[in-house]
Amino acid sequence: MDMKVMTATSGNGTDATLAPKILARDVNVHYGEKHALKEVNVDIPQRSVMAFIGPSGCGKSTFLRCINRMNDTISIAKVTGSITIDGSDIHDPALDVVQLRARVGMVFQKPNPFPKSIYENVAYGPRIHGLASGKDELDEIVTTSLKKAGLIAEVKDRLGDSGTSLSGGQQQRLCIARAIAVGPEVILMDEPCSSLDPIATARIEELIDELRANYTIIIVTHSMQQAARVSQRTAFFHLGHLVEEGETADIFTNPFDKRTQDYITGRFG
Amino acid sequence: MTLVFFAALLMLIGTAYLVGRSRGFAFAGEGTAHSRPAYHGAFLAIALLAPMLAVYLIGTPLADRFVETRALSGLPSAITGDELQRSAALREIVSYADGQLAGSPSPEIKAAGERYASDRATAGWSILLGSIGLGLLAALLAFRALSPDFRARNQVERFVKLLLILSATIAILTTVGIVFSVLFESARFFQRVPVLDFLFGTQWSPQTAIREDQVGSSGAFGIIPLVAGTLLITLIAMLVAGPIGLFSAIYMAEYASPRFRAFAKPLLEILAGIPTVVLGFFAALTVAPLIRGFGESLGLSVASESALAAGLVMGMMIIPFVSSLSDDVITAVPQSLRDGSLAMGATHSETIKRVVLPAALPGIVSAMMLAISRAVGETMIVVMAAGLAANLTFNPLEAVTTFTVQIKTILVGDQEFDSAKTLAAFALGLVLFLFTLTLNVIALTIARRYREQYD
Amino acid sequence: MTEIFSIEKAPATAERNAFVAARIAQRYRSERLFRFFGLAAVAVTAAFVVILLTDILIRGIPAFTQHRLALDVAVPADVLPAGTEASTDVLRSVDFAKIVRESLRGAFPDVSERKRRKALDGLLSSGAGDELRRRVLADPSLIGGTVSLSAPLSADADLQLKSGSSGIERKLGTGTASLSGPAGKVSVTSTAEDFSAAAQLVRAAIERQKDRLATEVTRLEQLLPQTVGEERQGLDQKIADLKQRVASYGTRLSAAGGDIDLDSSTPTVLVALGDAWIKAERVTPRSIAGATLVPSSSTAPAAPGAWRMLVIETPESNRTTSDQEIAWLESLAAENRVSRHFNWQFFTSGDSREPELAGIRGALIGSILTLLVTLALCLPIGVAAAVYLEEFAPKNRLTDIIEVNINNLAAVPSIVFGLLGLAVFLNFFGLPRSAPLVGGLVLALLVLPTIIIASRAALKAVPPSIKEAALGVGASHQQAVFHHVLPLALPGIMTGTIIGMAHALGETAPLLMIGMVAFIVEVPDGLTSAATALPVQIYLWSDLPEVAFQSKTAAAIIVLLGVLFVMNGAAIYLRRRFERRW
Repeated sequence: MDMKVMTATSGNGTDATLAPKILARDVNVHYGEKHALKEVNVDIPQRSVMAFIGPSGCGKSTFLRCINRMNDTISIAKVTGSITIDGSDIHDPALDVVQLRARVGMVFQKPNPFPKSIYENVAYGPRIHGLASGKDELDEIVTTSLKKAGLIAEVKDRLGDSGTSLSGGQQQRLCIARAIAVGPEVILMDEPCSSLDPIATARIEELIDELRANYTIIIVTHSMQQAARVSQRTAFFHLGHLVEEGETADIFTNPFDKRTQDYITGRFG
Repeated sequence: MTLVFFAALLMLIGTAYLVGRSRGFAFAGEGTAHSRPAYHGAFLAIALLAPMLAVYLIGTPLADRFVETRALSGLPSAITGDELQRSAALREIVSYADGQLAGSPSPEIKAAGERYASDRATAGWSILLGSIGLGLLAALLAFRALSPDFRARNQVERFVKLLLILSATIAILTTVGIVFSVLFESARFFQRVPVLDFLFGTQWSPQTAIREDQVGSSGAFGIIPLVAGTLLITLIAMLVAGPIGLFSAIYMAEYASPRFRAFAKPLLEILAGIPTVVLGFFAALTVAPLIRGFGESLGLSVASESALAAGLVMGMMIIPFVSSLSDDVITAVPQSLRDGSLAMGATHSETIKRVVLPAALPGIVSAMMLAISRAVGETMIVVMAAGLAANLTFNPLEAVTTFTVQIKTILVGDQEFDSAKTLAAFALGLVLFLFTLTLNVIALTIARRYREQYD
Repeated sequence: MTEIFSIEKAPATAERNAFVAARIAQRYRSERLFRFFGLAAVAVTAAFVVILLTDILIRGIPAFTQHRLALDVAVPADVLPAGTEASTDVLRSVDFAKIVRESLRGAFPDVSERKRRKALDGLLSSGAGDELRRRVLADPSLIGGTVSLSAPLSADADLQLKSGSSGIERKLGTGTASLSGPAGKVSVTSTAEDFSAAAQLVRAAIERQKDRLATEVTRLEQLLPQTVGEERQGLDQKIADLKQRVASYGTRLSAAGGDIDLDSSTPTVLVALGDAWIKAERVTPRSIAGATLVPSSSTAPAAPGAWRMLVIETPESNRTTSDQEIAWLESLAAENRVSRHFNWQFFTSGDSREPELAGIRGALIGSILTLLVTLALCLPIGVAAAVYLEEFAPKNRLTDIIEVNINNLAAVPSIVFGLLGLAVFLNFFGLPRSAPLVGGLVLALLVLPTIIIASRAALKAVPPSIKEAALGVGASHQQAVFHHVLPLALPGIMTGTIIGMAHALGETAPLLMIGMVAFIVEVPDGLTSAATALPVQIYLWSDLPEVAFQSKTAAAIIVLLGVLFVMNGAAIYLRRRFERRW
């Protein structure tokens, strides 16, 4: 399994697909007194998977949450610098946070399906954004999204069951389907497999690899093996700094920075 | 006598404790004693206290009964046969015995009074001496048990644990007491008024039952008008408290800044702490005339004790209740669900309406049920602002009456024991208790499940 | 697996963005609306609290002061029955009220008619005599001398003085006024048109009254077709009467020269000139004709600004105080003999049928005694129960039942506890009615669940490591709990107890059931003497018809709320002071 993904990764990593989708410049985040993220500059290429790695508390999740402005929900968080998606600044007053989040979906550490039916979970985004004009269209979006998330075979006969009745791995794929249903361009994943068993994890990793054909995916992970398996590029964060960023293969085999090397070889973490 | 007893009790306990403790010190001096000296003292004190108190608490009422019976035995049966005369005579005898009887008593009373006084003294002394004797005996036995190996601490702790258990069961005893007190009297009521007439009758006029020949006459004890009145006022109260309480809970939990909360929370707490008698005064003297004036300016006829006034103020009373319960429930919804919704591009209110509230629904339902139960059982606001007339109406501008108003009206002031009217109050209490109990049990069960779901 | 690979199409980004953008404005509108509803709900609640407290304060604050009349009372030397000493018993039989009344009559020697004399006597509180008796008892040498007494006024007179200027228009005369005679039917003539404004006001009031009656006539006439028989006759009669009154008002209004006749259904015009008070019966722009309420000692003309008039808008027939009484009070006030004092009596005396004498001392003591019983029972039992349930109880069915039971009891209506008290404590155990002992017992059962729940929460908040540390050095389970866990939980338990006591203090319904609702003048002196409690006193007073009692009720509420705020403040202080985060 590992080998297969790895080969797929290196095979697909052509320059054409790596055109930058997201540009971050001088991003700083303060949580009250705490300077959580310091001067982050990074280009994130289109239709590929980028992994953020680093020890816990290094700022990787904080940076991820900047990209769809989830830090807005924390009253003490202050974000400075610029992040652009396809050239438009996400802090531009003309671009609403609601619109931004419709473009940038997110999957969380712990599966968080709404306490509603599987169908309603997936239909939630299209409903609030008014993406479907009728029941048929909504049905189609739900089915397509579940298909893309690789869940349809398991749930097609019980779309009315509660989303919380699924297993952990299924719940996480439901959350991915829910994010896909809005048709985002970018999907942020914040340690999506940390609460899953190895088999469910493998399933999600396969899914990520398949989704990258159509979406720009950024995944935060504490597992270096996972980063190596699923991502084309990797960024290493440490103490709020983005230490090093580059092709995944390069980072893991030939790190530039001493700290990256120490982390990868397990000196700390 | 009471004073003498407790003085003796305290003295003896003190002595027992000191004796036991010094014995304990002696053991400690000899080498390895199991328990510390204070426990030996406490053990001895308990050994003395328990039998003394038991004798006193059991003996006193028995002796009282006995002394009274003997005092009354000399009186003619005409007096002793009648409940009222009997208790009047007894009062006279007691005050004669106390030397406080004004006027000149009849010879029988005088004789009975003297007998009563001497019997009472005898009984008092025998109880006192009996309890001291038994206490000392027990203490002596306990003293002989004391030894360095004696596990005094364990014995004392067993006693303390017994006290703790007794305290915990008081709550159960209270419930049992409530059930029995309303059940017994209600049973007697239902011997006179058929249950079905009570539950489905549309006429409520307990006053008619004052006349002997009409006791239990059909139709006077139908609770349908009371049910209608109670529900009407509760409905109005919930129409006020439901939305306002829920919306303020949403605002406080989801939108309010910490500074706003610091101002609004105490405000709600103030409202929650205002006694209902104050709200009743406000309802009767300020709100009711306002509503009446306003209604009449619109050409409506409004009763001066309209259901609307009582309902509105009761609604205000329940707001903090609904609000604080709902606030807890809303805050208990995991943040991850909110994040999930917000991350999809839902606005804050969409997240609340479509994710948070549906997730919190069981808790909110439970809060509303508890609020209804409180509105149904609330007394002072309706006593002061709602009427007495048992109108069967759903017009909020008319006067209606409620369960609690009727219970209060029947039981306050002169009451005849054993009349159907007095007993009816307990039957109303039974219905009220069962209704609120059902609501509470359901609500608490829902709330418990809800908490377990997110804990 | 195969399905995953069937994705060909990329997401329709542009289309989706257009959809989202189209609805965004409307979605934000509903967001603002929703938020506004939330804020409005909080605002409504806040407004209610503010209105409630303001209303109570406005009603109640006047009751904390009382008007008193300075009287020099001559105590006759022969006030005591021959051959007796000035002792409590002897003085009790002396009618001191009469002596005070005589003294007041001295101020208005013209009052001789029985009815007017009664009205004059009625200005004084029936407590004025008691006041004098106390003074004489304290200092028997006053007998035969003169006592400067500050006598309480009756509730109606007090209220009239407190209402002060509301509804009364006061005006100084601008012309020189002359009085036609010292007493009886007189007229006052001014050199200026001083009375035209008053005449206009009276006129307007009569017109309003006339309109109101006319509307009533129309309304009744519409009812006519629906009524028959006797009812019809009654209605006809009523309509005829009303029509006649409308007509009489009409003629009054159309009188020549702007003259207007006054009676008890119109506003009152009083003129004070020198020491005389004249009530107008007819008003013309430059003069009034009427009768003296207080006679004059001279008929000398009064200069501009040296005389005045009072126009009272409410007709005499709608007032509790008559024109005559107002004239007396105004005349006494003009002599600086009326003054406003803090009403200490409100805190030092028991209940009374007379509003001006009624106080809350009895109720306050009753409440304190009741709460003492409640506290003495609740605190040990509640804490013991909480300790057992939290620390020692095995997890079994019985414990479960106790838990459910406690939570349920906390939600049982308070009146049901009253029924329990009535049936068990009064009827079964035969404890005395109306006694603080029984009240305390019932309230103890009522607040026990609250205290148990609060104490358990406080015990639970103490980290298990503390207990484990104690157990680790060889303490028994009970020693660990009583020496280490309980002391640390104590602030939380105290906070819960204070809140429970505050709840008990405000509770009314169960006390009604056990008879703490009687009219009790004496201040209770023991746990078994008849007593009432503060909230019950509030309920009792609120039920009384006298207007003065409404104010007393509100004042008692202010005291009750004050005590409650202090208790809750103490609870908050305790929580802040001792709050510990583990």
